[in-house]
Amino acid sequence: MDVVIILTINGLATGLLLFMMAAGLSVIFGLMGIMNFAHGAFFMLGSYASTWTYLKTGNFALAMLAGTAVGTFIGFLTERSILRPVYGKPLAQILITLGAFIVLNEMVKAVWGPNVIPSPVPPLLEGEFRVGGVLVSRYRIFIIFFGVSTAATVQWLLNRTRLGMIVRAGVENAEMIQILGVNIRRVFAAVFLLGTALASLGGTMIGPTLGQIGPFVSTQYLLLGFIVVVIGGLGSLIGSLVAGVLVGLMNNYVVWLYPPAAMPLNIILMSLILLVKPTGLFGKEGAH
Amino acid sequence: MSDTRILRVAGLHAFIGQFYVLHGVDVEVQNHEIMVLLGRNGAGKTTTLRCVMGLVRAHEGIVELAGENIKGLPPHEIANKKLTLVPEDQGIFSVLTVAENLQVAMRPSRAKKEDRRRLDFAMSLFPDLKQAWNRKAGTLSGGQKQMLALARALINENKLMMLDEPSKGLAPVVVKGLVPVMKELRTYASVLLVEQNLSFASKVGDAFSIISDGKTVQSGKMNDLIEAPETQRLYLGVHMGGGESAQIWTSSSS
Repeated sequence: MDVVIILTINGLATGLLLFMMAAGLSVIFGLMGIMNFAHGAFFMLGSYASTWTYLKTGNFALAMLAGTAVGTFIGFLTERSILRPVYGKPLAQILITLGAFIVLNEMVKAVWGPNVIPSPVPPLLEGEFRVGGVLVSRYRIFIIFFGVSTAATVQWLLNRTRLGMIVRAGVENAEMIQILGVNIRRVFAAVFLLGTALASLGGTMIGPTLGQIGPFVSTQYLLLGFIVVVIGGLGSLIGSLVAGVLVGLMNNYVVWLYPPAAMPLNIILMSLILLVKPTGLFGKEGAH
Repeated sequence: MSDTRILRVAGLHAFIGQFYVLHGVDVEVQNHEIMVLLGRNGAGKTTTLRCVMGLVRAHEGIVELAGENIKGLPPHEIANKKLTLVPEDQGIFSVLTVAENLQVAMRPSRAKKEDRRRLDFAMSLFPDLKQAWNRKAGTLSGGQKQMLALARALINENKLMMLDEPSKGLAPVVVKGLVPVMKELRTYASVLLVEQNLSFASKVGDAFSIISDGKTVQSGKMNDLIEAPETQRLYLGVHMGGGESAQIWTSSSS
């Protein structure tokens, strides 16, 4: 029983990080039909920049801030320099974002080396809580708390602000939103930036859960991100949240039972859901 | 000579992909006039509207709104020059509520008082919408969706409203109800109307223009068309009968 509780807590924490990774991916696709392969690199940039800052300064809050800033800034440059020229050209978008992903990966290796870097849990969040006889990691609880607040903030943005209203409308019918006088490119640039910020913020928290980071972070979490997006439904934020938690939980249970089965089972889960509901759990018919 | 033309389209050519869809469309809409664009399916009526809106690139020709060139501008800039389009599928955001559909359409940065007045006006034309205020627009009936689409176009002050087959898919009684609405619209803006329902078109239109195979072939006053069954047969493949007893002609293949 204790094991189940611990695995569930860990799974929730992983799931919320996956949500942060996938949310931007999903809404970016929903709005402009862009499959942004570079997204995984922003997650990794967040993790590297924050780990580096933490090792230098010992301040985890500062590290999270730095990681998010670096990832978002590189995301901003990416959108400006390579994505703008290929709006409306799906094949070019796939190639250029995949290219950016590879380049950013290699750049990280050039700066921080190809080997893994230790990423300790900050002392303040180290250790366990005792909850009814079960020891649960403080750091995991921190991630859950932080992830839930982030998800709530994003949900509020989407449902209560004019930008959010435009995004929801634009995901359903991008052409109509332009007919109504909205500059969709500018909206998209804002969404891209927010999505990038979320991914790099997620990235800043991944290190201490793994104990180390390395170049593997980008590929592994990009793949998981895509799985989450597809399961949740392209363009759906709630879908990303539910699917993120689902995949996170399943991963933790399966890894405890038989680690090599984790990734294949994710893909089987995705296939099963697509068989039953081809648009994903919360996907809308006809949205792209 | 004072120019009363709100829209001037001359010698318009356009491609959709590799297809040469428009080759020589000329349409002019006068101030506070309802101009009806007629033609068979696939003649290029919808493409003409989309071209004016900037959704399809105009390859060649003149597109002017109140004397100002709008050819080559992106759709949102054209919209902000006070021109709007209600597309054939109405473009309702089904995930948004009725209220949100109107809010998202309202161009910001105008006086609050003026916003309120336009909203009240739209609601007075379509009282049904007020009752469905907080419902998701996806749950509305076809007629209500059309009303929402029109209300959304009316919520901003526009020089020209382009309506693509507002009667499509509506019950005859609902179409009948649209006639006074259209006449009311004319006092607020000029209208460029694409219509397959000739009976409806002849009741609301002031002038007509016929497109055949991507080319304007005839235009004039609506009364002239009503009295020219030959023209109707030749370009529209329909015959309306005479005068008041005009039968409702419905498109069977749209």
